[in-house]
Parts: sequence; structure tokens; C-alpha cells
Amino acid sequence: MSSVLYDTPGPRAKRRNVLYTIVFLAVLAVGAWFVLSALDEKHQLDADKWSPFVTDSRVWTTYLLPGLTETLKAAALSIVIALPLGAALGIGRLSDHRWVRVPVGVVVEFFRAIPVLLLMMFASAVYAEFTTVSSDFRPLYAVVTGLVLYNASVIAEVVRAGVLSLPRGQGDAAVALGLRKGQTMLYILLPQAVTVMLPALVSQLVVIVKDTALGGALLGFAELLSQNRQITANYGANTIATFTVIALIYIVINAILTHLAGRLERRLRQGRKSAAVTIPAQGEAAEVKTGVVSDA
Amino acid sequence: MFDFLDSGQYDLLGAFWVTAKLAFYSAIGSLVWGTALAAMRVSPVPLMRAFGTTYVNIVRNTPLTVVIVACSFGLDQTLGITLGGGRSEDIGFRLAILGLVAYTGTFVCEALRSGINTVPPGQAEAARALGLSFTQVLTLVVLPQAFRAVIAPLANVLIALTKNTTVAAAISAAEAAVLMKEMIENEADSLFAVFAVFAFGFIVLTLPTGLILGWAAKRLAVKR
Repeated sequence: MSSVLYDTPGPRAKRRNVLYTIVFLAVLAVGAWFVLSALDEKHQLDADKWSPFVTDSRVWTTYLLPGLTETLKAAALSIVIALPLGAALGIGRLSDHRWVRVPVGVVVEFFRAIPVLLLMMFASAVYAEFTTVSSDFRPLYAVVTGLVLYNASVIAEVVRAGVLSLPRGQGDAAVALGLRKGQTMLYILLPQAVTVMLPALVSQLVVIVKDTALGGALLGFAELLSQNRQITANYGANTIATFTVIALIYIVINAILTHLAGRLERRLRQGRKSAAVTIPAQGEAAEVKTGVVSDA
Repeated sequence: MFDFLDSGQYDLLGAFWVTAKLAFYSAIGSLVWGTALAAMRVSPVPLMRAFGTTYVNIVRNTPLTVVIVACSFGLDQTLGITLGGGRSEDIGFRLAILGLVAYTGTFVCEALRSGINTVPPGQAEAARALGLSFTQVLTLVVLPQAFRAVIAPLANVLIALTKNTTVAAAISAAEAAVLMKEMIENEADSLFAVFAVFAFGFIVLTLPTGLILGWAAKRLAVKR
């Protein structure tokens, strides 16, 4: 146990650390006691508020699992549509033609600057006004549309950074072999860029899963978070228990994805020792990943 | 097309002012909380390190919507913690700040930690050789350099935070997204104009942040 920031503790420092540990533990205990007593006072700790999640399988089959399915469905649809769209936008931003590069750049920057919630609300209103999508499916469509627009522009930036991170010689060699621009991109640059940007893309998936909850809170999308109303209504106002369980489900899914991103990155680093680079995650995903200084 | 702006029916500037206030207070709060978390995560006390790591891993994997809605349903409606009472809008405003700080602090912490990694080990070693304690090494030598290195990532966090204030709409803090929802319902025939106005509002809020802090990041970067 040592770090560059402090000396290896001697006898005095060890005593001091023990003291700090005790003080910090006391602070945590006081905090925990305060929270638990507040919960207890409102009868949120009663066994019958928590036991349905263990004893009554209907909580899971009627509410939580269908909600989780909707969440994952929206996330999967969004990433599947956003990936090709984002790749196209990213390649468009790298185009040699100004009339392609500039408009695509404007589109990408625009959708990155708008809160994804506004995109969802706008999409929902547009579907209601101009299409015949039934109101059952409208929330799903709206959520997916908002997520696709936002994440495609984020992915476009990831793709662009991935292609730009490759050594110049790759593109030059392809041109020297007589490949056309499209062939260079498709056969030489993109396949290499994809491996570099995989971790960033998986981190983006965490952002997508988290953002689906917006649809539940504000657009009436029947995903995981929105199930809390039904559950608390049917199982005796067990608000705290319900939120704890729902949050735990999100945390487990996202922790798995984050872990996967970290493993991918380590494996890619080992695989290619010469060019030990991966693309930093963009936008909000940049904050999800550790140890990354992303560009502005 | 934009005549709904003149009707005086909607307080557009007021809504964006609430958004700006939400972003401002949350930014200050999460900067403080994130710095405290980062200090815990590099501290010599194992329990603090464990707390910091656990907190960050739990909170940043929870959707912000869940954090904020839980603040309202859990704290306000179930436990009666309103941070001072008042109208439901004011309660929503304060609880939204609480949720935003709890959530954004983790990202500030992670950005700062990566900034601490950019400070050359020799700096901390020299500080220790001078006999400085951990707190002194951190506050006098390492953190000042780390902060200058992470202005650009922190600017990204701030922009994300500004956009995330819209989530406060879920607990009826009277900010821009709430007004947009209302206007979409009332002005269905000028839907695109309504969206354009709000998109413009957020571009006005986020674009200067990126430009100014990007410039500051270049100016203040530690020359090595």
C-alpha cells in the first residue's frame, strides 16, 4: 500500500490512518443511522415492503422483467440503427468535398448540443402530428429516434477520431496500390479503426441504456423505471425498496458493460503493442471511462 | 410562424434562466463533491478509498433519471425531506440540484483522477522529499496542476451537465424542458418553430462554454 502521493506509512502515520479510519467510519455510521432511522420512521424498512421482490415472482414477471425487456429493446434498436448512421456521418465528416463535409459537420454538432430529452419530446410530437404510428408504440419510436439522432452524432465523432488516429501511411499505401477513395475507407481504414474504437462504442452503450430511462419518466414509455408507479401502487407504497431494486438492475447491466469495455481495451492494448492507442470515448461516455483525457 | 413568442403567454427567458441556475449551482456543487471524492480515492486511508470507489461505481452506472426521480419520490414524497419546503417547483429545483450534484460529482472525480495521472511522479516525489504531508502534496502541488490539465474534460462534463438539467423536468422544476412540453401541446401547428427555439436556447448555453473553456484549457495547460 503505497502511492507516489504519500510515503509508505511509518508507525505514526499508521496510527494516524487508523484514527482517520475510525473518524470516517463514525461519520458513515452517523449518516447510515440517520438514513435508516428516517426510513424506519416512515415504515419503509418493514419486511413486507421488501419481501415481494424475493417471495412474489409476479413482481418480476408482471412488472420488472417486461420493463427491462422494453429498456433493452429500445437500447438495442438505438445502437443497431445509430451505428451505421454514425459511421456514415463520421465518414462524411472526413470527405474531401467541402459540400459534404460542412453540412455533415453542422448536423453532427447540432445534435450533440441538444439535450436528448428535447429530441425525444420533439420526435414524439412529430409522430403524433404527422404519422399514423399508434399511440402504443409512439413512446418507443420517440425514445429510439431521440437516442439514434444523439448517439449517431457521438458515434460519428468516435469514427472520425478512430480513422484519424491511424498512421498516415495506411491511407497513402492504399492510394499507392491504386485503390479508390471508397475502397481505401472500406477495406483499409475502417476495419482498423473499428478495433481501436470498440471500447468507446461499448461505453456509449452504457449511456444509451441510461438514457432510455428518460422515456419512462417523461414520455410514458413502459420501460424499467416507469414500473415503479405500478409496483408501489400494488405492493403497499414500498417506494424505497422499489427504487433500490430498479437501480440495482441498471447498475448490474451497466457495470457488466463497463467491465466489458475495460477488458476489450486491455486486450486491444496487449494485441497491438506498436500502436498502443484506443480512441477516447466521446461526449458523456468520456466521463464514464476512467483515465481518459478526451478532446473538447 | 414564431408568433407564439410575442403572445406573452410563455416565459421563455424565465425557463432558460431556471435552466442556467440549475446548471450553475449543480456545477459548483459537483466540482466540490467531485474534488472531495477524488481526494478520497487517492488518500492513504483504505476505508476512504473503498468508499470513493464504491460510490463512483454505483452512481455513475445509475441513470440520472433514476437518481432524480428517486430524490423526488423517495426523499420528498416518502420521507418528507424537502430541503426547506415551499412550492413544489422550488422543492423540485433543490432536489434536482441534489441529484445532479450526486451524479455529476462522479464524473468530475473521474476526470480529476485522470488529471492527477498526468502530473509527473517527480512533482509529488519532490514535494514529499520536502517533507510535505499528503494533504499538502495534494492541495499545494498535485491538484493545482491536475485542475489545469483537466479543464477540457471538465468543460465536457459541464456541457453534459447543462443538457442534463432537462431531466429535472421529471420532477417538475420549472425549467426549459417543462415549458417545451407545454408549448408542444398548445402550439402543435408550429411544432418545428418551438423545437428550433429550444434547440437554439441550448446551443446558446453550451456553445460558449465549450469555446471559452477550450480556449482557457490551451492558455492554462501546464507547459512541459
